[in-house]
Amino acid sequence: MPACSGGFRFVGIVEFLQEGQGWLMSVASRVVGNWGTAVLLAFSAFLSAGCSVESVDAPAAKTGGETAGATESAAGGEKRIQVDGSSTVAKVAAAVQEEFTKKFADTKVALKVTGTGTGFKEMIAGRIDIANASRPVKDSEKADCEKAGIELVELKIALDGLTVCVNRENDWLDTITVAQLKKIWAPGSTVKTWKDVDPAWPDVPLALFGPGEESGTFDYFTEVINGKEDQITENYSASADDNVTITGIAGEKGGMGFFGCAYYFSNRDKVKVLKISATDSVADGIEPTVETVRSGAYKPLSRPLFIYVKKSSLAKPEVLDFAKYFLNEGQSQVSTVGYVPLEEAELATVNAALDAAVSGAGK
Amino acid sequence: MSATVGELAGSVVPVSFTLGADGQIRQRLRLSRGFMWLCRLATYASLLVLAVLLLSIVWNSVGRLRWDFLSSHYSMQPDRCGILAGLWGTFWLVLLTAAFSIPVGVGSAVYLEELAKDTWLMRVIRLNLSNLAGVPSIVYGILGLTAFRPLVIQLQSVFDGRHVVNVLGLFRLRLLKLDIYDGSVLIGAMTMSLVILPTVIIASQEALRAVPSTIRVASLALGATRWQTIWRQVLPASLPGIATGVILSISRAMGEAAPLMMIGVLTVASMCPGGIESPGQLLTEPGRVLAVPFDQFTAMPVEIYDWSKQPDPQDRFTGVAASGILVLLAVLLTVNAAAMIVRYRAGRQLRW
Repeated sequence: MPACSGGFRFVGIVEFLQEGQGWLMSVASRVVGNWGTAVLLAFSAFLSAGCSVESVDAPAAKTGGETAGATESAAGGEKRIQVDGSSTVAKVAAAVQEEFTKKFADTKVALKVTGTGTGFKEMIAGRIDIANASRPVKDSEKADCEKAGIELVELKIALDGLTVCVNRENDWLDTITVAQLKKIWAPGSTVKTWKDVDPAWPDVPLALFGPGEESGTFDYFTEVINGKEDQITENYSASADDNVTITGIAGEKGGMGFFGCAYYFSNRDKVKVLKISATDSVADGIEPTVETVRSGAYKPLSRPLFIYVKKSSLAKPEVLDFAKYFLNEGQSQVSTVGYVPLEEAELATVNAALDAAVSGAGK
Repeated sequence: MSATVGELAGSVVPVSFTLGADGQIRQRLRLSRGFMWLCRLATYASLLVLAVLLLSIVWNSVGRLRWDFLSSHYSMQPDRCGILAGLWGTFWLVLLTAAFSIPVGVGSAVYLEELAKDTWLMRVIRLNLSNLAGVPSIVYGILGLTAFRPLVIQLQSVFDGRHVVNVLGLFRLRLLKLDIYDGSVLIGAMTMSLVILPTVIIASQEALRAVPSTIRVASLALGATRWQTIWRQVLPASLPGIATGVILSISRAMGEAAPLMMIGVLTVASMCPGGIESPGQLLTEPGRVLAVPFDQFTAMPVEIYDWSKQPDPQDRFTGVAASGILVLLAVLLTVNAAAMIVRYRAGRQLRW
C-alpha cells in the first residue's frame, strides 16, 4: 500500500486495517477453522488482485498514467453483442454466431430467445444491439423506437416457408385452398375422409401428420391456416421428427402433412407437394419452389426473416462485423438450419442497405 | 386387541382366536393386508415411473453423452453441442446463492428459534415463512426482475467509465474495469436466494428445534453465555439437519429454470461467466473471478429447456437434452452425496 504524501486520515485507516488484520484473522480462524481461514485468505487475495488503494492527495498525473493498466477489464477485454428476439430467427443466429466466433475469437454473441415482440421491447429499452424478428417491425414499435431515439436498420436475412404434402398415390388433388386446409386442420374439425372436405374427392380416410407444438413450424402453420397460434385439430399425429411425418404421409394413401420447405426440397421424391391457393380458386395455386418462396409468390405459407440492428450500434466494429458476416459467410448456415437463403441480387440489396446505414451513421 | 391385529397384519401365518367373532377378525385382517398392499403399490408405482423416465433418458442420451459434451459450447449441430456454459453458469450461480442464503437463512432460523420472544409479529413471520416456501418460483423471478435488476443497473452507472472510486473522501479505491451486464450471475443468485430462503429457514428451524432443551439449559447453567451456547452446543448439534436442508435447497436452486428465464439469462451461450472455461484458469487468471458476478450466464436447466424444444427436422436435439439431464442429475447426486457425508461426519463427532 503506497503511503503517499498523504492525508493523515488515510494513514490512520491503513494502520487500523493492519492492526485489525491480526485480530480479524484470529477471530476468523476461531469461527471457520484453519481451512476456512485459508479459503478466506485466498479470496481476499483475489480481491486485492482486483483493486488497489491510494491516497486522495495522489497527484492527478499519476492517476492518469496508471489508468492505462487498470482499463484492462477483468474479463480480458472481450467484446460482446447483445441479441434477443424470435425463436425462428434464433436458429439461424445461433448457427451464424457459432461460425462467427470462430473467426472473431475476442467477440461473444449473447443470444436470448424470447419472441419477436419481446425482442423489439428490449430494443426500445436500449438493452440490445440486434433484434431478431420473424415479421416486419410494426409501426407502433417503430414509433416507440423513434421516441427512444433508436434508429433501426432492417436486414432481411432468410426466408421461411411451409410445404403441405400428400401421398404420391393421391391423384385427385394438385392444388388446395387455404379454406380447405382450414376445414381439415381447424380445431374441432369433423372431417374424417377426403370426401368430407370436398364431395368431388374419393372416400379415403384422412391421415394427418405434422410437427408438435414445440416447433416454430407448428406455430406458424396454425397461425396462418387456423388464424390463431397453437390451435389445431385433435386428429393428427404430432412428431418433432420430420422423418416420421414424411414416412407417415408416404405410408397412408389418404396421408397429408406439413413441414418446413427446406426439408421438402431435400426429400422431393418421397411425397407429393401441393400447390397452395390463397384465394378460393384452384387456378391461383402456387407451387412451393425456391423461387416462389424467395419472391413471396407462394402465399400465405412463406415469410421473410429479419434482423433489426440498432443504427448506433453499427459504430461498434464487432456489431458491424457480425451484421456483415450474417449477410455473407453466414448465409451458408441458413439452409443447414432449414430455411431458404436469399438470392444473390437480393443479398446485394440488403448489403447495400447496410453499407448505406453505416455511412449514414458515420455522418 | 387392535395392537395384536396390527402385529399380525404383516404375517401370513393364520392365527386362530379364542375370542368370539372369529370371522370379523379375519375380515379386519384382510382389510389390513389390503391396505398394506395398496401402500406397497403406491411406492412401487412411483418407482416404476422413475425407472421408466430414467431409462428413456439414458436411452436417448446414448450417442451424444461423451466427455466432450462437458467441454463444448452451444452448437446448432447436435453432435458438437455441449453444456460447458451451463455447467459453469450453474456452478457460479449456486456458489453465490449459497453465499447469500446460508448466512441469512441460518441466522434468521437461529434468531426465530433461539432468541426471538414469542410476540404476534414473530408468529406472523413464522406463519408466512411456510407460505413463502409455497410460492411458485417464477413469482420470485418477477420480483428479481423488478427489484434486483435495477439495483445492478445502478451499479453499472457507478462503475461505468470511472473505475477509481472515492470512498467517503478518505481514499480512492482503484478497481479493475468491470463490465456489468443485465441478466448477470449476481441478479440470478439474489433471485435464487429468495426462492430457497424460506426452505432454508424452515429446515434450519426444524433442526434447531430437534436439539434437546436440556443441552441449552446445561450449557447456560455452566455459565456459558447465550452466544456460546448457540455457537458451541446448539449449532453443532443441529448441523446435520441444517446441512441437509441447505443442500436440498441448493439442489432445488440448481434445477430451477423459470426464475432465471424471467430475469433474462442467455438462451444460447457460447461463453462462461468471466470467461473462465476450465478450473485451471481459476489459478492462472484469478482476476477473472471478479468479473463473474456481473457477467451474463446461462444455467443447465435453461439449456436443457431450450434443447428439448429445439425444433430439429431429424429430432437429434433430444439426445442433447437427455445428455444435459443426465449431467444435471449427476451433479445433483454428487451434491446430495456430499450432504450425506456431512450428516454422517457431523453426527459422529457429536458427543455430550
